[in-house]
Amino acid sequence: MRWVAAAVQTALFVAAAPLLAGWIKRVKCHMQNRAAPSLLQPYRDLAKLFRKEIVLAENASWLFRTAPYVVFGAFVLAAAVVPLVAVHLPTAAIADVIVLVGFFALARFFQALAGLDIGTAFGGMGSSREMTVASLAEPAMLMAVFTLAMVASTTNLSVAIEHNLDAGLVLRPSFLFALLGLAMVAIAETGRIPVDNPATHLELTMLHEAMVLEYSGRHLALVEWAGQIKLMIYAVLIANIFFPWGIAQDFAPLALGVGMVAVAAKLAALGIALVVWETVIAKMRLFRVPQFLGFAFLLALLGMLTQVILETG
Amino acid sequence: MSALDLAYAAVLAAVVSGLIPTLADARRRYVGAAAFALLGAAGALAAAAGAWTLIGDSVLTDRLALGLPWLKWHARLDAVGGFFSVIVGLVVLAASVYGPTYVREFERGPQPPLVLHLFTGFFVAGMLLVLIADDAFSFMVAWELMSVSSYFLVTFQHQNAANRRAGFLYLLMAHVGALGILLGFGVLAGFGGSFTFEAMRAAGLSSTWASIAFALALFGFGMKAGMVPVHAWLPEAHPVAPSHISALMSGVMLKVAIYGFVRFTFDLIGDIQWQWGVAVLVIGAASALLGVLYALMQNDLKRLLAYSSVENVGIILIALGLSMIFLGTGHRNLGAIGLVAALYHALNHAMFKGLLFLGAGAVLFRTHERDLEHLGGLIHRMPATAALFLIGSIAIAGLPPLNGFVSEWLTFQTALQAGSLESGVLRSVLPIAAAVLALTAALGAAAFVKVYGVAFLGKARGRHAARAREVPRGMLLGMGLLAALCVAFGVLPTAVISIMDPIPQLLVGRGLPSATAEGWIWLTPVSPRVASYSAPLVLLAIAVSYLIGRLVKLREPKPRRTHAWDCGFGALNSRMQYTSTAFAMPIRRVFGPVWKVNEQIEVTRPANAPTSVASVKHQLHVEDWSWNALYEPVGRIVLAAARRVGRIQTGSIRAYLVYSFLTLLFLLWVVT
Repeated sequence: MRWVAAAVQTALFVAAAPLLAGWIKRVKCHMQNRAAPSLLQPYRDLAKLFRKEIVLAENASWLFRTAPYVVFGAFVLAAAVVPLVAVHLPTAAIADVIVLVGFFALARFFQALAGLDIGTAFGGMGSSREMTVASLAEPAMLMAVFTLAMVASTTNLSVAIEHNLDAGLVLRPSFLFALLGLAMVAIAETGRIPVDNPATHLELTMLHEAMVLEYSGRHLALVEWAGQIKLMIYAVLIANIFFPWGIAQDFAPLALGVGMVAVAAKLAALGIALVVWETVIAKMRLFRVPQFLGFAFLLALLGMLTQVILETG
Repeated sequence: MSALDLAYAAVLAAVVSGLIPTLADARRRYVGAAAFALLGAAGALAAAAGAWTLIGDSVLTDRLALGLPWLKWHARLDAVGGFFSVIVGLVVLAASVYGPTYVREFERGPQPPLVLHLFTGFFVAGMLLVLIADDAFSFMVAWELMSVSSYFLVTFQHQNAANRRAGFLYLLMAHVGALGILLGFGVLAGFGGSFTFEAMRAAGLSSTWASIAFALALFGFGMKAGMVPVHAWLPEAHPVAPSHISALMSGVMLKVAIYGFVRFTFDLIGDIQWQWGVAVLVIGAASALLGVLYALMQNDLKRLLAYSSVENVGIILIALGLSMIFLGTGHRNLGAIGLVAALYHALNHAMFKGLLFLGAGAVLFRTHERDLEHLGGLIHRMPATAALFLIGSIAIAGLPPLNGFVSEWLTFQTALQAGSLESGVLRSVLPIAAAVLALTAALGAAAFVKVYGVAFLGKARGRHAARAREVPRGMLLGMGLLAALCVAFGVLPTAVISIMDPIPQLLVGRGLPSATAEGWIWLTPVSPRVASYSAPLVLLAIAVSYLIGRLVKLREPKPRRTHAWDCGFGALNSRMQYTSTAFAMPIRRVFGPVWKVNEQIEVTRPANAPTSVASVKHQLHVEDWSWNALYEPVGRIVLAAARRVGRIQTGSIRAYLVYSFLTLLFLLWVVT
């Protein structure tokens, strides 16, 4: 029963990811006085790509063809261990939050290699920039996560969320710092403004896009979908760790229903916050990104030190 | 027949494998094959002896008929020595499978392969003897055997001046380090009253003397292990040795140094102070971070791998430092976790660094090229080598589900237990160390994306790379063995940890029962509520998704191949690719002050058209700061001192007679 629940939740996670992307796009269009596409447009795009023929560059090796599957698989695996609607799913014990970061790193590794595989300058540039940004973002993310882990004395997501629920509404300075740090990392890692622009194909501004330029058809669909799952994972992490209210602690239908509604509302709100942020801020140059991420790292470290020095006394 | 007898047999086999080519004509192929077969037997025996000791959880001691009249050599094989014996044995076995084909190109070279075989045998024997030595005297003899024979291996291709220089530096630093170790043993022996380890364990040192002994050992063993800032010999010496020797030096010899440090600190001194842990933690963090940053800037494949060893030794030291802090503050269980994390990483590093050096050797064998900028596209030309090298790269980048991830995860878990420490300062130092480790891991992944992407992917950047062929089966088999172990140690961490259990039992007095309490599928170092990781289930998920992928692919039509799109740019050539230097450039800008960067751009413009560019000359040198900051001042001081002392050499025999007379007079005065 619990394994079934876990499988259903994972399927829900993967299926809902394009919806979140569609929601963000729609809100953004409204914000910028543009005609908005349907909420379901991302699904239509994916369906179209899945039907299309794959065109491979002559120099593409097996690694280029395998990478989309590895990337997609890694994010599905990551989605399986993040509590979305309910805590205490058996899959949550497979991997704690450090392993989760490891899954992200694995996906990134293959994506960056695929970027180098064709031998175009764009691909190499994308890989190089992605690995540079990631090498700064990953430690910041881990620091934010460690703050949480030290507060709840666990790296198991379910246990940590439950700990936060039990603790009730206490304003912890360490949490505030960690939340800010994690949010900044999430922006960098999911390729949003100001670090990257998800809607661009201009070589000066692209990071993530440059790596996947050569993909087509089903491969491109998998990569795009994986990107949407990644965005959703970060959103769910922020929503459920820092605002855990509403998440189901048992598998009663009522609790699950409440959990579903709660997480949908939280994600919708987060989506709006992201759009507001992206609308008011401008994209920055690549070499400003280290400062941005350095700040995120500093915030996360501050959170950790506040926790370690002040809160445990 | 006991495990110790097996270990003796391993040493004997290694020595004989070195001696065979001196008896027969070393240029004959069967002689080389026999030497490698015996070396492989030595590796297998050493691994078997080690595994037997670990599984049987036995401590065997013996006295050999060798040595000085009043000090027979003591031998002892316990869980710690056994564990490192397994590490040495496995890599030696892989290298000896790989070696026979690899050394074929040396057979027609200027040096007779005799030297190579002779010193390889002695080198392996020396390492195995270090692990079973039970008194300071035999330990130092074995240690020197290891150091000196590896010097001859580093300088094997000595017609190249750079190799001679690397060899000299190595020899010099090996001996300065050995001096530190010797003095450390001296302190222990002075208090213990004897050179045997047994007496040293019983020596009740005052905390000051214990700290002095510890500092000497850290310096001596750290120099051999390649910790920053005494790592300078390592990136010089490892790349110039033949590749299967590089695999042994980087994969295994550094681990023998770690063994020495663990033996000295945890076993012989025993009473660990937390301040030592902080020192080890800080040095480890510096080594890890600087090692990976220096690695990122290298374009020489083997040099890059050597710097990456500095990084990995740093990670091992971080875990050891954490363990020592917990032990020094009385948290034995947490200390045991840190120790296991360190030893697990030592095991893993031996496997993947061995694999990567053998892989670099395979590339070298077919392309005669170590410079990444001239490689590229090898995945098409050498598919099996590329696949094996990819496994090594994933493992060293610390990505699940391979082995590098498990030990880094354990180290993170150890650091996260900082909350149980009483001191607020320590509580905040540990997470910062964890942050450095996180940064190191992420940069390590970037470094190996660069290595793999530039060397194996894209288009060939040079003639040699374009004409490369797959290496012979023997070399693939050697690499395959290590790759299989990388996977096995990654997906079955609970099995490895339960086999390792006698080590923390022996050194710390606590095992790790909680790690495997939830069954072999779940790894739970502290308790299931705190953290759990299930590598077998991750592997299962990957296997299932692979099967689904296969099923889907069956319906996938054969994809159409055409030119790369490249935003419609047009025909590509290999010069348009990102180079290794270009890949690392953003990181070079972000972490600028860490290196001594010397970049020169000369633009020449034609006289008639000052706005256009005729040619651009770009020179880039990225150097290690430690040379300027540490070695050159020391070198200058030594030279200046030598010049001063040199003044007494007048060249006149009368002056020398006066010196002799004065010396005699002084000695007479001392005697009376």
